[in-house]
Amino acid sequence: MADLRLVHLSKQFAAAAAVHDFSLDVSEGELMCLLGPSGCGKTTTLRMIGGFITPDAGDILIDGTSVLRQPPERRPTAMVFQRFNLWPHMTVTDNIAFGLRLRRLSPSTIERKVTETLALVGLPGAGGKWPHQLSGGEQQRVAVARALVLEPKILLLDEPFSNLDARLRVRMREELKILQRQVGITTVFVTHDQEEALTLADRIAVMNKGVVQQVDTPSALYRRPQALFVADFIGAMNFVQTQYSRARGAFVSGGVGVAASGNWTDGQAVTMAFRPEDVMFVEGDSGVPGQVRRVVNLGHYLEITVDCPGLGAIKVFADGQHPATDGQHLSVFFRRILLYADGTSVTEIETPRLSRLPPADALQNSASF
Amino acid sequence: MTAVASALRERVGGLLWFWSIGAFRRTLPWLFLAGLAVFILGPLLSLILWAFAGQWFYPALLPDEFSLKWWPVVFGNRSVVASIQNSLVTAPVVTLLSAVICLPAAYAFARFQFPGRRALLLSFLSANSFPKIGLYISIATLFYRLHLMTTYWGVVLIQLVGTLLFMIWIPAGTFRGINRSLEEAARDVGASGLRTFFQITLPIAMPGLLVAGLFAFLAAFDEAQGTLIVGSPNYITMPVMMYTLVLNYPQPVGAVFSILLTLPSLVLLLLAQRLLRQGYLAAGYTL
Repeated sequence: MADLRLVHLSKQFAAAAAVHDFSLDVSEGELMCLLGPSGCGKTTTLRMIGGFITPDAGDILIDGTSVLRQPPERRPTAMVFQRFNLWPHMTVTDNIAFGLRLRRLSPSTIERKVTETLALVGLPGAGGKWPHQLSGGEQQRVAVARALVLEPKILLLDEPFSNLDARLRVRMREELKILQRQVGITTVFVTHDQEEALTLADRIAVMNKGVVQQVDTPSALYRRPQALFVADFIGAMNFVQTQYSRARGAFVSGGVGVAASGNWTDGQAVTMAFRPEDVMFVEGDSGVPGQVRRVVNLGHYLEITVDCPGLGAIKVFADGQHPATDGQHLSVFFRRILLYADGTSVTEIETPRLSRLPPADALQNSASF
Repeated sequence: MTAVASALRERVGGLLWFWSIGAFRRTLPWLFLAGLAVFILGPLLSLILWAFAGQWFYPALLPDEFSLKWWPVVFGNRSVVASIQNSLVTAPVVTLLSAVICLPAAYAFARFQFPGRRALLLSFLSANSFPKIGLYISIATLFYRLHLMTTYWGVVLIQLVGTLLFMIWIPAGTFRGINRSLEEAARDVGASGLRTFFQITLPIAMPGLLVAGLFAFLAAFDEAQGTLIVGSPNYITMPVMMYTLVLNYPQPVGAVFSILLTLPSLVLLLLAQRLLRQGYLAAGYTL
């Protein structure tokens, strides 16, 4: 059990994804997820922790000690790769025992540890099999066993489930979570799949173009994305470009205004963001009028696209109790709105006060900008 | 197009009436295969017949009498036996030497990026892309100065030239095909770079390396031009001896010797096939 600290880690490449000034603390027993689109530098970061890439600057501390000078074979880390994990010329037992034999443990100890670890990953009795006789999921489980059997301080996983089919991926995800809790090992997990990150991780570090955008718990990340990139990347989000109007004390887009307190410069550009589940349909005049363009039934909820003059097309998640039909006229209202300026979060507004200009005023208003 | 096609069918279709018969179309591949078999196996068959023929004169379809009388002639000839011995002590050594020299180079070509990598890799092709005889003669002038002419090591070196291509290109491809994460996984669990190479990379590459070794062995074993120039008259190998036998002895002697010359290739091919089939890689390892 150990904690991991990355201190101002940087790596430049000619071709591969770079990492800029990455600092991160992973506490003991924590499951940290590095999440981001491909090419964001998450795998580069993981490989630096494992010792396969030497950083240009910064330090990596495990239990407070720098491991930067140690080659991969000396580091107290164990890595599970995306694919091609198992050595095809060795049986499952030999694959798992390889590292133990290098440590010159007695044959009886090796046998006991291999048996225990195989049981731990749910594959008792698979020791005599060859890698090609295992399914993809079983191969990854053996790969996890091979990593765990050495009792490393840090477990590193590089998109280990991305080559499995969707159902198996979900199951393996749950199994890994249980296993990680059981062993209590500090884990860093790399994925581009936000669902995987949200369900697995204790905390998530969202990365983009080699820069950490936000490190937070899944719920905080979802509820309060600190950067516009995170807001866009995690979950579904509606975005509306607005400008502050001092005269109206509101952020205005088209004819629609969202009242905001505080001191803003007139004409400041702000991006308004709100989740589809934070949009409600309301009766009467209190909301923004719109027309349903399309209804998609996604099983446990409906995804409704509404055209609102002034706001554009808005995605709304609604339960089946409020059925909508294509072309229907209705009004929408927002529970919660996040505001972003220059790509970072400025404030959030709970149950915002909406105002609507008559068409003529709207014209006048836009002319005055 | 259709107008042309229909016009064509009208004019020529009558001649190719049998094309519409399914049985004809089905037998066509078999006919082709049979033709190919005759083309490849025919000469071999004739060779075997010649090797066991006592007498065989022109109009007869088969030899007039079968006999083993030419075999003692071959094995009784001291210089022929010496050539067999020479071949058997040269080709394996050339193959091993080639492996020792080329495999590290092949690994470097597959794994490391260095300036001039492509040019160097192509340079190994160049030895095979020019008429060899010119190359050998210029090498021979060099060998005269180094006193390597008509010596064992001179022959070994000249045969090495022809094996480089196989021993670099095939293993480089094999090494490149081995996923890096297999090696990294070994490093990760505590194996040093050398141990990783010998316990992970090399065993996984073995089938490809065996094939390369097989080709290199055959290239060395069958090499005649360079060996003739560098080795003769003191150091004669089997393919060089072949020239003498074909020119100076009755036809069956050449046939007997041809069969002897084919044997190592045949044995190695069968052996390689067995090894490769038993191999774990043939099992189709996928994820």
